[in-house]
Order: sequence, then C-alpha cells, then structure tokens
Amino acid sequence: MRILALILCIIPLFASGEEIVLGMSQDEVAITATFDGSNILVFGAIKRESAIPEGELGVIVTIAGPSEPVAVHRKERRFGIWVNTDTVEVDAAPSFYAIATSAPMDRILKDTEDLRHQISIERAIRSVGAPMTITDAPAFTDAVIRIRKSQDLYKRTENSVLLDQETLFRTSVDMPANLTEGDYFTRIFLTRDGKVVSEFETTIDVKKVGLERFLYNLSHQQPLVYGLLSLAIAILAGWLASSFFRMIRGT
Amino acid sequence: MQIYLPIAEVSVNIFLLLGLGGIVGVLSGMFGVGGGFLMTPLLFFIGIPPAVAVATEANQIVASSFSGVLAHFRRKTVDFKMGTVLLIGGLTGAAVGVVIFNYLKAQGQVDLLVKLCYVVFLGVIGSLMFVESLNALRKSRKKATVTTTRRQRGWMQALPFKTRFRTSGLYISVLPPLVVGLFVGILSAIMGVGGGFIMVPAMIYLLGMPTKVVVGTSLFQIIFVTGFTTLLHATTNYTVDMALAVLLLVGGVIGAQIGTQIGTRLRAEQLRILLAMMVLAVCFKLALDLLIEPSELYSIGAAGGH
Repeated sequence: MRILALILCIIPLFASGEEIVLGMSQDEVAITATFDGSNILVFGAIKRESAIPEGELGVIVTIAGPSEPVAVHRKERRFGIWVNTDTVEVDAAPSFYAIATSAPMDRILKDTEDLRHQISIERAIRSVGAPMTITDAPAFTDAVIRIRKSQDLYKRTENSVLLDQETLFRTSVDMPANLTEGDYFTRIFLTRDGKVVSEFETTIDVKKVGLERFLYNLSHQQPLVYGLLSLAIAILAGWLASSFFRMIRGT
Repeated sequence: MQIYLPIAEVSVNIFLLLGLGGIVGVLSGMFGVGGGFLMTPLLFFIGIPPAVAVATEANQIVASSFSGVLAHFRRKTVDFKMGTVLLIGGLTGAAVGVVIFNYLKAQGQVDLLVKLCYVVFLGVIGSLMFVESLNALRKSRKKATVTTTRRQRGWMQALPFKTRFRTSGLYISVLPPLVVGLFVGILSAIMGVGGGFIMVPAMIYLLGMPTKVVVGTSLFQIIFVTGFTTLLHATTNYTVDMALAVLLLVGGVIGAQIGTQIGTRLRAEQLRILLAMMVLAVCFKLALDLLIEPSELYSIGAAGGH
C-alpha cells in the first residue's frame, strides 16, 4: 500500500510532461589493438501520459569525454622568432565532445537553457581565473575549441537526430580513433519551444582491453620490469635482424 | 591498417610506422647515428605526444644501434676501449643533463631551448662537416690518392693519462674522450636523442679517429646511453610505448642492416657529405618553424607542467 501511494505521488509530476525512454547500441567501447573508431547508435522514444503538447519539439544528444585541465599557450614574435609568451589554464575541457540535434541549435534551445544545462561546446568548457596580464582570455578557450574541432574531437552536427511522429528519435555518433579512456557522459535533452522539458543521463564506458590493457597496466604497476622488457625486445630484435641478414648473405 | 597505441593513446597506420623505422634505420646504419634527431620530430609530426615520442625513440635506437654494431663487431671496427671511455663520460653527462633539463622545465620555455639547441648544433656541425668533406673530396680527386693527415694538437698531446687506443691507432690522453662523452651526454639528455650526430663529428675532428672505426664505436656507446635513458623514462614518466617501439624497431633493425651495407660501399668523404647535408636539412626545417609565423598561434599542453 505504501509503495502504491508513493507511485501515485510521483505520477502527477510526469503526467503533464514528456519523458525520455532510451536505448543505445552499446554502453561500452572496448579499445583493442586494432581500434580505429566506433559508431554509437542512440535511439529512444518519448513517453507521454497525455496528448502531444504544443510547441516545437527538439532532441539534443551530447557525449562528453573525461574533462581535464589544459594549458593553452600563445605564440608571439620575440627577437625574430616565434615563442610561447602567454599561457592560460582552462580548468576543465572535455577530451571529446559531440552534439547531435534534431534541428538548428538556436531554434530548439534558448540561450538561458544552454547556460543552465551547459549543452553547447562553448558552455561545456569551464575557464576561470586567467592571469591578470591577459585581457583576452576567451580567445584561449576559443583556441581549444578550434584545435579540437580540427582534430575531430569536438563536433556539432545539427539535424542529425531523426524525429519520427514526435515520438521516436535516433542518431548515430562517430567516436574517433584517438579516444582516451574513461567514462563518457551521455545526455539526452528534450526541448519544447527552446526549453528543456526532460533530461536523461547515462555513461558510456570507454576502456582498453586485452593486450592494450596488459601493457598499460604493466607500464604503470611494474615500470622497471616494463622498461627492462622493452630493452630486451630491442636487443633481441637487433640481434635477430643481424643474424638473419648474415644468413642471407652467407648462402 | 590502423593500430591503437596503448601508452600514446592514438591510432596510427602500421605501415607508416614500419616505413619511418626503416628509413631512419638505413641512415643509422650508414652514418652510425641513432637517428633520433630525425625520428623524434617525425613522430611529433604524425601526432604522437612529445613525451612518448622522446622516450619510445630512445628504446628504438637501442635496437637499431645493436643491430648495426653487430656488423661492426665482425668487421672489427669497434674500438671498445675508446667506446668505454666515451661511455663513462656519456652516462655521467646524461645524469647531469637530466638535472639541467628539470631545472629548465621549472623555468618554463624548455621547448624553445630544445629547439634552439637543435638549430645551433645541427647548423654548426652540419656546415663544418659539409665544408670539410667537400674540401677532402676535391683534394682526393685531384691527387687520386687519399692522404690521411693526422692532426697533431699540441695542447692535447701535453695532457696526462696517455693511453693507447689500438683499434683507432691513437696514443692520446683519456681526458679529451671523457670530456667529449660528458658533453654529448648532457646534450643528448636535454635534446632527447642518442647524440650520434654530435659524437661522430667530435670523434673525427676532435679526437682524430679514422672514419671507419668511428661509426661502430659511436653505435657501441649509443646503445648504453639510450638504454639508460629508456629505463629512466619508463620508471619516472611511464612514457615508453612498447607497441610503438616494436613497430619502429622492426623497420629500424632491417633498415640498419641495409644501411651498414651501403655504408661500406661509399667512400668516407661521400658518407660525411651526405650526413652533413641531412643534418643541415633538419636544421633548416627547425629554423623555419621558429622564424615563420605559424598558422595556429595557440597550442594545447598539459596543465601544471610548467
């Protein structure tokens, strides 16, 4: 009885709105030796208790890699050569960030909502406290976005989420080959007239497996063994090649 | 065919790595240089993180140098005594160099200093060698006989601790090779290379060793210096990528064998002129990078690393 009462309490919260039901082709990306990128299919449905509300419906899918602080250097000409002069530390920049939307971003997402949920790439990067000597700190954040976009690590693909009957949606996100390990935070936003009405969060686990895992662990847990093993391989390879070539010339 | 490198955390083409290893291996066998001064910038270029490139390159040099030195062992063109003296200086220098490197890192701008080091040393050594070997080549053509004039340096002969280096045919003090080893050790730790491109000219011009012995002896001591560097990087920075090293060294050891064969067929002056031209080309490229306005003024580095 108590459980039923609880459910009855919750239902009214959702009854007026819409809710995301999500499916994903995989919630894990295994990095093997031959890993050269992956493609993740994100699909789902919008669950409602009532008729379809008014207003334009939008779906936004974001996948973010682990955030880490980065130092951004700017070069300037000094004494005829180009040297790094200014440095700004960006406190948190995701190693990977992909946004897929069902329509142009500015149409389905209000700026205030973007600010609240930190959806666009510009908002997902956090930078506070540039040194006093630097007056144009935003230029450094822009540079991070520009550089990572050119490496295909940051991307925004509008109109790539397919909406069917205002109920079913699906999109696929390409993950590049130069992924780093970690939890990839995945969010799906449902918007009506630019306002977020529902949000769903999950993580995709990106990790090395097999030989990749073994080598990585060995290098960190037994660095001396790993170093000596590397040297042994080098010496052995050098000796093998030498003997092999001598054999060829001998015959 | 792509492969994902476990430490570098990037995906690269296998054949590209094999090819790079092979080309640098050929040069290594021909000239007795480790090839690090060529390979390290090339690895940066294909997107390997600098720290991983420098550490892994050291490991690969061990393989190609070992493969190359075996051929010289059999031909008896390795001066073990001289090699050991250089090595003692070299290892001491490498340890000193690491201290200097860490000090400069704390001061910032270490990248710039490394690049300037490259430009200055490659430029000076390359030009000197080019001019000298061009003259030698012209002279030998005129006379049709190669006259080896051993330079006798007054002050060098006056130094104490004289000893006979039989394979090199020298009777000199152990101090100059010790100092040369020390100096090259410091530079190689700072510049992240084996130091062959400095060692080879130093042995020829400063110590007066015959070119044929120089290559084998240089390779001999490079093995130990780079082996030491590999272990240091593996245990302190965890930046040696074994998968990358294996791919580079498969190409490298084969290349080194081919290179040694080519080296024995060329005349010493020709060999030196080719090495000089290569050193100058790399110097020119690095100088251009410093002088020309880069298309991207910003770069991303690891935070807290300065």
